[in-house]
Amino acid sequence: MTGFRLETGGRVDRGQTVQFSFDGKSYQGLAGDTLASALLANGVMLFGRSFKYHRPRGVMAAGSEEPNALISVDRGPGRFTPNLRATGVEIYPGLKAVSQNRWPSLKTDFGAINDRLGMFFPAGFYNKTFMWPRSFWDKVYEPAIRKMAGLGDAPTAEDPDHYAATYAHCDLLIVGAGPAGIDAALGYMDTNKRIILVDEQDELGGGALADPALWPWLERSHKALIDAPNVTILTRTTAFGYYHDNFIGVVQRLTDHLPELGDAPREKLLRIRAGEVVLAQGAIERPLVFDGNDTPGVMLSSAARIFANRYGVAVGKAVVLMASHDSGWHDVFALAKAGVGIAAIIDVRERVDSALMHEAERLGIAVHLNHSVMGVTGRHSVRAVQICNNDDYLGRRIDCDAVLMAGGWTPSVHLWSHSKGSLKWRDDLGAYVPDLPNENVVCVGGCSGDWDFGTGAIIDMLPTPKDQSRIKAFVDFQNDVTAKDIKLAVREGFRSIEHIKRYTTNGMATDQGKTSNLNGLQIASSALNKPVADIGLTSFRPPYTPQTFGALAGHAKGALFQPTRTTNIDSWAQAHGAVFELVAQWRRARYFPQSGEDMHAAVNRECVAVRSSVGIFDASTLGKIEVVGPDAAEFLNRMYTNPWKALEPGRCRYGLLLKEDGFITDDGVSARLAPDRFHLTTTTGGAARVLNMMEDYLQTEWPDLDVWLTSTTEQYAVIALQGPNARKLLEPLVEGIDLSAEAFPHMAIREGIICGIPTRLFRVSFTGELGFEINVPTAYGLALWQRLMAQGAQFDITPYGTEAMHVLRAEKGFIIVGQDTDGTVTPFDAGLDWAVGKKKPDFVGKRSMARPDIVAPGRKQLVGLLTDDPNVVLEEGAQIVADPKQPVPMTMIGHVTSSYWSEALGRSIALALVAGGHEMTGDTLHIPMPGKTHTAKVSGLVFYDPEGARLHV
Amino acid sequence: MILIHCPYCDEKRPEIEFVNAGQAHISRPLDPSSQTDEEWEAYLFIRANPRGRHHERWRHVYGCGRFFNAVRDTVTDKFETTYKAGEPRR
Ligand SMILES: [Zn+2]
Repeated sequence: MTGFRLETGGRVDRGQTVQFSFDGKSYQGLAGDTLASALLANGVMLFGRSFKYHRPRGVMAAGSEEPNALISVDRGPGRFTPNLRATGVEIYPGLKAVSQNRWPSLKTDFGAINDRLGMFFPAGFYNKTFMWPRSFWDKVYEPAIRKMAGLGDAPTAEDPDHYAATYAHCDLLIVGAGPAGIDAALGYMDTNKRIILVDEQDELGGGALADPALWPWLERSHKALIDAPNVTILTRTTAFGYYHDNFIGVVQRLTDHLPELGDAPREKLLRIRAGEVVLAQGAIERPLVFDGNDTPGVMLSSAARIFANRYGVAVGKAVVLMASHDSGWHDVFALAKAGVGIAAIIDVRERVDSALMHEAERLGIAVHLNHSVMGVTGRHSVRAVQICNNDDYLGRRIDCDAVLMAGGWTPSVHLWSHSKGSLKWRDDLGAYVPDLPNENVVCVGGCSGDWDFGTGAIIDMLPTPKDQSRIKAFVDFQNDVTAKDIKLAVREGFRSIEHIKRYTTNGMATDQGKTSNLNGLQIASSALNKPVADIGLTSFRPPYTPQTFGALAGHAKGALFQPTRTTNIDSWAQAHGAVFELVAQWRRARYFPQSGEDMHAAVNRECVAVRSSVGIFDASTLGKIEVVGPDAAEFLNRMYTNPWKALEPGRCRYGLLLKEDGFITDDGVSARLAPDRFHLTTTTGGAARVLNMMEDYLQTEWPDLDVWLTSTTEQYAVIALQGPNARKLLEPLVEGIDLSAEAFPHMAIREGIICGIPTRLFRVSFTGELGFEINVPTAYGLALWQRLMAQGAQFDITPYGTEAMHVLRAEKGFIIVGQDTDGTVTPFDAGLDWAVGKKKPDFVGKRSMARPDIVAPGRKQLVGLLTDDPNVVLEEGAQIVADPKQPVPMTMIGHVTSSYWSEALGRSIALALVAGGHEMTGDTLHIPMPGKTHTAKVSGLVFYDPEGARLHV
Repeated sequence: MILIHCPYCDEKRPEIEFVNAGQAHISRPLDPSSQTDEEWEAYLFIRANPRGRHHERWRHVYGCGRFFNAVRDTVTDKFETTYKAGEPRR
C-alpha cells in the first residue's frame, strides 16, 4: 500500500494518473477519482472548517449527502464555484480546488476561537444576543457575523459559461440508477414505453459500485439499457425537484468534469413531464451522536466501503467501527477483505446475530458489545477513541486513525415528499417510509425502506458518562448543531419539530439535513418524551442538492432575459443616434442628440421645432384594439366613462377607462370608422391589460353583446406629425382626403392613401399643436418615415423622442396614466370630470364614483405647480408639505408627478397630486429637496395656449 | 407545473398558458346604481379565502383566450374540475 491507495481493487484507472491541486498544493490521483477519494488516498483528512465553530472537518460520506467536505473549484474569472461537495467533484488534470471558511489557512484558522467560546453560541444565540442595542446591529454585529460565518465565497465576475434548457417527455422516468432503478428499467425495457433513467453519479450502479460481486451484472445491464432504443440514460444528472402533475426538474452537468471546456453548455436543465415516475433514490446512512463525532477521520461506515471498493482507497490503517446496525459489520468485513486494517468493532447493542460474531472471530477482529465511543482523541485527525461499557461506564482506549459510524439507514424520501406523497413511521427501521402517493409514482428499493442491510437498534445518542452540557456531539454537521442545542430548545419550550428546526437551524443547511433530520427527531423525541411518530417530520423542499443559478436561468439572460420590442422605424432611430429607453418592453427613442448636445439641449431643440415648424415622432408603440360588431358602440359605452353611441363615423373621442373601483386605469383617443367599427388606442404599457379587461367583461358579464376585439398594436406603424407646418407637409402626399380645417377638423379620422400606402389618418394632437397621426401597415412604417423626412426638409422637420413628447404634453396639462395617476386617482381628482358622461346610467366604475371614500374631502388632486424660482426644476417624486417649519417627520400632503423645463415658457413647470389641491390655487407649497426647500404656487393644469388657439387651425 | 384542462379547447395544457382571474361566480349587479354602499363593497372587495375547494376563474390567455371556471383545492393545488363560463357552479 502506497499512502492510502490499496494495492488492488476499485474502478479507478490505475494506468492514468491525474495531477490536481488543493489549497495550492499539488497532488496525484487516478482517473475515476473524486476529489475526496484522491485526497484521502494522499492521506489528507482535513477538508474544511465548520460553519459556526470553525472546527476542523473531514469527509463524512462518499456521496451527495456529504455535509462537511465543502470546497470551491476555481476555473478562472467568473468560473469560481463555491460549496461543492468534494465527494461529487470528479478530478481532471489541472483541477484547482480550495478549502473554505478559514483564515488565514485551513490548519491555522483564526475563527476557531469560536469553538473555544462554544459555550456562548447555544441554540437561538443569534436571536437572543444580537437584539440589543438596536444600533449595534448594522455596525458591529452584522459585519462581524458576516466575516466569521458563511460558507464559500460567492463569485464576483460575470459567469462566462452558457447553459442549455429544454423540455422532455417520457412515459416512465426512473430517478436513481442503483440496483433498484436498473431493475425497474430492465423490467420496462421491452415495453414500448419511452424511458428516461437519470443518476447523479458519473456512472450507473449506485450502491452496486461498492460491491465488486455485482459488477458483472452491472456491466450486462448497462449494455442492455444502452442497446434499448426506448431508453435514454442521463448520468451526472440530478432530479432536484418534483412538481405538480409529474413535472420533474432535472439538471445535467456537462463540462464540470472536463479538463478543457470547449464551447459546450456547462449544464442543461431538463423540465421533464413523465407519465409515470419510479423513485429509486436509495437510502442514506445515519451517523451516530457522540462527543467528537465530527473529528476528521470519523465517517459513515458505508462511505469507507465505497472508498475502498469503488476507488481503491483505505480511509485508515487501523479502523474502528462504532455500530448500532448490522450493516456496519458487513462493511468492515468487506474492508478487511480489501486489505484495510481493522482495529475493533464496537456495537452499542448487547447482542448481535451470531453469524456476524463468527465472521468477526474468523477475521480476527476484536469485538466490544454493549460499548460506546465516548470520546475521540485528535483534532485534525483521529488518533484514538475512548470507549466505555454502557452499564458501568468502565472505559478503555483504542488507538486508531479512522472511526466508522453505522447508525442505521434513512430512506431518501425527498422527491417523494416534494410530490406531496404521505409518509408513515416504521419502528423497526426507525425511519419514515413512503405511504400513499399523490402523483403517478412508486418508490422502489432503499428509498421505500426495502433493503437487505440487516437490523439495528434505533437510539438518539450514544450513552456517555460525561457531563452532557460539556460535550460536542454533532447532529447537523453542516450547520454545527449539537444534541445539546436540540435539548435546550425543548427546555425553552419549543414543541413543534418545525419550530425546533428553525430555532436550532437543524436541517437548514445546504444539505437539508440529509444526515441529521432523523437523529434530530430522535433526540427531540427523547427530550419531549413523545414517540417520534407524534412529532412529525420537517418538510423537504426542492432542490434535492444545490443547483447553479446558471442552470436555472438557462437561456434567459442578457439580451434573451426578456424580449425587446422594436418598431419598424427603430433601425432609423438607431442609425440617427437616438438615445433609447425601455417602455413596457418597447425600445423607444428618448431623444436625438446632435453633436455636442446633452439631453437638456436636445429636448429643448426638439420642443421648439414642434412649436415653431414641424416635428416627427414614432408613436407605433401605442396600444391599438379593433372593436367590431353591431354592439360595438354599446360595448364601448359600457366600458368607458364617455358617451360613444352618438359619435359619428369619421370622428374621434378621448376615452377614459376606469376599473370597477372608480380609479383611472387607462386612456387614449379612439375613432369611429363605421357604425360597427372602432379603432381604439391605449397607452403603450396598458395595451395587453386593457384588452384582457375588455375581454373579461365581454365574455363573462355581457356575452349577449355581438362584439369582436382584436389587438392591432403591431399591425400599424404610427407616425405623429406635429406642428404648425404639419398640414403643409402632408397635403401633397395624401390622396383622397381633404386636409382643410373645415373638411378635416381636430379629432377626426379619414381613410385614404399616403405616398401610395393605405392609411388611417387621425387628426389628433398630444402636443397642443396642429397634428396628425398617420397609421399605415407596419411594414411601410420606415419607408413612409423616410419620405416624410425627405419631404419635410424644407420645413426643417425634426424627429423628437419620448422626452420632448412628455414636455409638450405637460405644457398642455395632458396626463400620463401611471405617471400622473397611481391607481387611486378618480376622473374628478385628475380634473377629467368633463370626460365623464353624467347622463349615462352605468359604465365600469360609475357606481364607485359615489363610494364614501371617493366623495370624502381631502383627496389627492392633480394640480399644476409653478416654482417661485422659475429656473428650479423640481424632482419628480419629491414630497410636498404645507409648512416647512413643522418638526420631522413632516406631514406630507402630496408629491410631484411630472416636472420639466419648458423652453416654450422659459421656465419650469410641474404637475403634482396634492390633498385638497383643487381648492389651493394660488397657495404656496413647500417642496423639500436635497440641499434646499423650494417654494411653488399652485396653478391650473394647462400652462401653454390655454384657449387651444393653436389646435383649431 | 400544473396541467389545466381548458373546457373550450378540451385539452390539458401547461399552467404557463393560463392566468388566474380571481374568484368565480361573482356577477356584476345588473343595476349598480341601485346598490347600497354595503352591497357594492361586498361585490367589489369581499372575497372568499377557503382552505380546500375554491371556485376560481382562469383565462386560457396564451391559447383560445377564453375565461372559464375551475374548482381548485387550495391545500393540494389540484384542479378538481373546470367548466365553461355561464355553467352552473359545481
Ligand atoms: Zn382554451
